Amino acid sequence: MTAERPPGGTRPLPTADPGGVSPASGAGSGRAGARWSRRATIIAFLTPALVLYVLLALVPILQGAFYSGFDWNGLEPLEQFVGLQNYREALADPVFLAALRHVGVILVLSLVLQLPFALGLAVLLNERMRGRAVLRLFFFLPFVLSDVITAIVWRLILQPAGLVDHTLGAAGLDGFVRLWLADPGIVLYTVFFVVSWKYFGFHMILLLAGLQGIPFELEEAAALDGASRVQTFRYVTLPLLGPTIRICVFLSIIGSLQLFDLVWVMTGGGPVGASHTTVTYMLERGFERSRFGYGSAVAVIAFLISFAFALTYQRLVLRRDVAGALTAMGER
Amino acid sequence: MAAALRPRRLTRSAHYVVALAVLLVVLVPVIYAVLGGFRTTGQISANPVGLPRPWVFDNYREILGSDTFWRQLRNSVVVAALTMAVIVPCASLAAFALARFEFAGREAVYALFTIGLLFPLTVAVLPLFISLRTADLLNNPLGVALPQAAFGLPTSIIVLRPFFRAIPAELEEAAALDGCGPFRFFYKVALPLSRPVLATVSVLAIVSSWNAFLLPLVVLSQPDQWTLPLGVTNFSTQYSSDTARVLAFTSLSMIPALVFYVIAERQIVRGLASGALKG
Repeated sequence: MTAERPPGGTRPLPTADPGGVSPASGAGSGRAGARWSRRATIIAFLTPALVLYVLLALVPILQGAFYSGFDWNGLEPLEQFVGLQNYREALADPVFLAALRHVGVILVLSLVLQLPFALGLAVLLNERMRGRAVLRLFFFLPFVLSDVITAIVWRLILQPAGLVDHTLGAAGLDGFVRLWLADPGIVLYTVFFVVSWKYFGFHMILLLAGLQGIPFELEEAAALDGASRVQTFRYVTLPLLGPTIRICVFLSIIGSLQLFDLVWVMTGGGPVGASHTTVTYMLERGFERSRFGYGSAVAVIAFLISFAFALTYQRLVLRRDVAGALTAMGER
Repeated sequence: MAAALRPRRLTRSAHYVVALAVLLVVLVPVIYAVLGGFRTTGQISANPVGLPRPWVFDNYREILGSDTFWRQLRNSVVVAALTMAVIVPCASLAAFALARFEFAGREAVYALFTIGLLFPLTVAVLPLFISLRTADLLNNPLGVALPQAAFGLPTSIIVLRPFFRAIPAELEEAAALDGCGPFRFFYKVALPLSRPVLATVSVLAIVSSWNAFLLPLVVLSQPDQWTLPLGVTNFSTQYSSDTARVLAFTSLSMIPALVFYVIAERQIVRGLASGALKG
């Protein structure tokens, strides 16, 4: 029996069979042996994925929560139980608190600058203009390059007397030259710029797909009723784009909370911790200094933040849009 | 009439100006890297703009002639292929069961997988390191591929399930009348019908494996096991004073991803969009 029968399905639904029914076996047979073979079939289909997923995704996360209660260098037996001491230490460490703040800054800047920018470009590419297929291909290109490559190339471009400084100098703007990656007051904004360079194309593609799903007639009708282009955009296009925008916001926030590769390679979290994110901090303190208990506590804090956020956002904002992962399950 | 046309034309040219400015910002770093590889570091500090004068081929020649680049390329391919080889069968079997069998707890199992979207690999990387060490999988491509596959399952299952659901029940009934059991139906009918979406899932697995950095960084400590992202990073610190050489190595390591993008653009874009919109 199929999970969701298409409208054209003709076979009558067999009576409820809590033991599970395999798709191919004829309806009506309720013998115990057949039921067991169905069960075995279902188990056979699910087992590989479940084993892999539970062993390598769920268990490690629980293990991390367990390790976080210990002072442990990863080698000795787990004996030094310290309770919540690691959490206390992390939440009292100014470097960790700064890392959380950095993530917050990048997150807010992404929402306020990067997403509107991506939306603007999506609107632009949604217009009839020559070469828009090529433009779309190229705007998405940075997303395909790995974070590592992005970080290395930009690090070289931004190094003192590098391409950026050279260009500013040639334009007579020497006064704007900064230590882009070495000035603690600037490095975070530099990181944000590079993050945007890499990721705006992704949001643009999603928003463009959303825009193309809006029937042209609606905007046309608004124009016929005398709405200006701005009004049409504000009162017709934007509300209809709502679901896509909310997804972009969601992905943007999750992405900011997990920011690692790009920062690690470009700045290593420096100078003096001025560009640490929660994950770079976790890897430096937990892995490089072999403090697995402490690193796990940091990971748990990071996880709780994104988990709490994701749940809240799904309940409050996404619920009406999609068959959400947690809240709306089974409704569709 | 003319007055109405004029602003139209103005906004249109403004559109092109904006689009070209963005295009410039997107392309300059890539072009800079590729051309920089054809200069010497001295040339780069003297004048990083314009075409190299004269063109220098030594950087690229040396890297292509050494073993390092090719070995790292091979390692990346192996890890990506293993990831895909694990994720595609596991995810499609599970998605098929979750789409077409009715059983108690089905939605709970599905929810268990979808919750995984909220567990990034980053928070599990330290315990994973410990477990992989215990299992003697450090410095082994499987030590990267298996966890990557595990964390890739949620997206893959979410993308696959609706496709398996959409297969008409009549097909299944016809197959059943021909004595075709669930496994044969899955293998002979459902999989071939879902080829496009299987391609999407494969491409997503390959792309994320290809670009992965954190897990390989932790798992692969021996240089001969390094994948390209690790190799490029290390190369850039090892030759930190030789900008031109670093740019050459970085440019070369871009090529596979770019070629793959050109070939699989449709799958990448559609896959990301559907994965995101359903997540």
